[in-house]
Amino acid sequence: MVMLDNLQLLFVWAPIINVQVILEGIFVGAVFALSAYGLALVWGVMNIKNLAQGDFVIMGGYLALALSSANVPLPLILIIVIVFMFVYGWGIYALMIRRILDQDMFVSLLATFGLSLLMQQVMNLVFGPEVQTIDMELPNWDFFDNMVTIPSSKVISLGLAAVIALAVVIFMKKSRAGQAIRATAQDPRAARVLGIDTDKVYAFTFALNSALCGAAGVLVSIIWVIQPFYGITYSVRSFAIVTAAGLGNLPGVITAAFGIGLFEKYVGMIIGTAYEVAAPVSILLMVLIWRQISMKRNRQVVR
Amino acid sequence: MKMRALMTVAGVCALATASAITPAVAKVDGDTIILGSSISLTGKYATNGLHTQRGYDFAVKTINDAGGVKVDGKSYKLAVTYYDDESTPARGAQLAERLIQQDGVQYMLGPYSSGMTKAIAPVSEKFGVPMVEAEGASRSLFTQGYKYLFAVLSTSEQYLATAVDMAAEERKKNFRDPSEVRVAMAFEGDPFSMDVRAGVVDKLNEYGMKIVIDDQLPADLSDMSTTLTKVKALKPDILIISGHSKGAATAARQIDEMKVNVPMIAMTHCEAAKVHEKFPKAATGFLCPTQWVETLSKSDSMFGSAGEWNTNFKKAYPSYTSVPYQSAQASAAVYVWKEAFEAANSLDKDAVRDAIAAVEMETFYGDIKFSENGNNIAKPMFMRQIGSDASYSLVESFKDMTFPRNVSY
Repeated sequence: MVMLDNLQLLFVWAPIINVQVILEGIFVGAVFALSAYGLALVWGVMNIKNLAQGDFVIMGGYLALALSSANVPLPLILIIVIVFMFVYGWGIYALMIRRILDQDMFVSLLATFGLSLLMQQVMNLVFGPEVQTIDMELPNWDFFDNMVTIPSSKVISLGLAAVIALAVVIFMKKSRAGQAIRATAQDPRAARVLGIDTDKVYAFTFALNSALCGAAGVLVSIIWVIQPFYGITYSVRSFAIVTAAGLGNLPGVITAAFGIGLFEKYVGMIIGTAYEVAAPVSILLMVLIWRQISMKRNRQVVR
Repeated sequence: MKMRALMTVAGVCALATASAITPAVAKVDGDTIILGSSISLTGKYATNGLHTQRGYDFAVKTINDAGGVKVDGKSYKLAVTYYDDESTPARGAQLAERLIQQDGVQYMLGPYSSGMTKAIAPVSEKFGVPMVEAEGASRSLFTQGYKYLFAVLSTSEQYLATAVDMAAEERKKNFRDPSEVRVAMAFEGDPFSMDVRAGVVDKLNEYGMKIVIDDQLPADLSDMSTTLTKVKALKPDILIISGHSKGAATAARQIDEMKVNVPMIAMTHCEAAKVHEKFPKAATGFLCPTQWVETLSKSDSMFGSAGEWNTNFKKAYPSYTSVPYQSAQASAAVYVWKEAFEAANSLDKDAVRDAIAAVEMETFYGDIKFSENGNNIAKPMFMRQIGSDASYSLVESFKDMTFPRNVSY
């Protein structure tokens, strides 16, 4: 009943609000793309499934919050957070990830889950449990008789996300370090034979992931709100996007991120805001089921 | 090592049994009536637990200074025995049992929060010890058929119902039918917000108003733009939101960003989320429920007016710049005990229980009269409206209200 009303609203009574929903989906997708790409990197290169992904995002958000209350301008905040999170990621690698690289999948899941809990509680102790946000007091533009509003903070965040993504693409394609990462992802043993210090590559990859999450966190804190325990929603979305897109496939990750962003917003619009978070999980399920079916054809039983 | 641990356990058990057999020490010690309370002084409720305790202590001191409680021609002083329940319900239930069984307390004051009250009420009920509580608002506390539980505060389903009344008043004032009002609502799915929603829906049905948006908000809410997009398209007359502090913060932020122009917006937890400081522009005109305000025009002979209670309380605890309502309602609970003792003219707990049930009084905190279920039905929930200068002003009826919200984005 309610769903029908919402569908009518979207497509009959006020089709103009589709513009708003699509825009929101794009803004959301841009932020998801950053953390999802980080996850894809770490997963693809070192086979670590980082359950603390979302908590890295929130940590970046809180760093931005702390810096912004000290009146640091946004571009500088972004740079400081990226550098800080890079160093933090390197530290976590040296302390923890290095030790679980050769263990099986469950150890990596357990270890990063533990890290996630630890980070949540520490952020709760330091920043308190209240919901917080950075209000940059930027203008909000409205169009079509105020039916569509575009906050400039979201446009800025979209632009920054694009710049960061572009920088990462160029880095991975052109630089020696990027090539080393790709080589290690393909075949770590061969890379080692050819003189690549894979341990360093792993450390660098994890640090890069942490920096990407931190950047996503900065954007989250300027366009939405953050809270110490909100990380899980970003982890779930990252996993859904990476599962849908596959590993090491940046265009795929970006497409999937925008797709999930749009899907989420339409689900929120048609079924209700409470189901927005459930939307990526349902996509994850559908992808897994579809993969299962499509792979069944090729599966052979060894007797 | 193991043996020793066992012996310790055995010892503790023996002690516990011994103390259970020992007759209760005293509900009245000489000329002092002992009230008991398990209160959260550490843990997640510590801040509000302390507000509550200070409210109790302030009332006890004021009543004692004014001559105490007169029962059967004799003057008694009041005193409160406290235990810290560490904000954990299981500990609270234990301590309530200890207060009643070991310390012989026969008159209980409530703990802080609905959750703690839920844990403690069955204990006081079991021993037939009356409890006057001031901090548990959940509707579910008053549907259990408890005979010994009384609450001075308004229950959670009343939080936003007053806003619906005001929307109806607006229509009536313009000689139109309240059933024309179109309502948008967004509530979180937790027990508190669902209580609030139930109260709102009852009121809406009463007036026959039409619900045009009825969204549920997720627990980890950071974006409700889809709900607000619908609000902008459907242009309801009133928008009602409840989702604790995070709901209020997210809503205020996005109402600002999306320039939502609903003439009436009501939400819980405005003050806790500090929306008036963080989003002064969008928050202009928000209606926010509160249990009590110091500008309330109610008074009694013990504490004076609401304003006088407020001034004296601040004098006693100078650390407060603005006094939380938690302290006011705690004081009111102690006052109920005084009235009940004097009305019963006895210290027998069942006689006093009946006297509490029959209480009908005006206090600085508002009117108090308990329903059969033990909740206070005489005091409405108060509404305050945020002004363009980020101040909160009391709105007792529609005529005190700025309508429509005076906001320009």
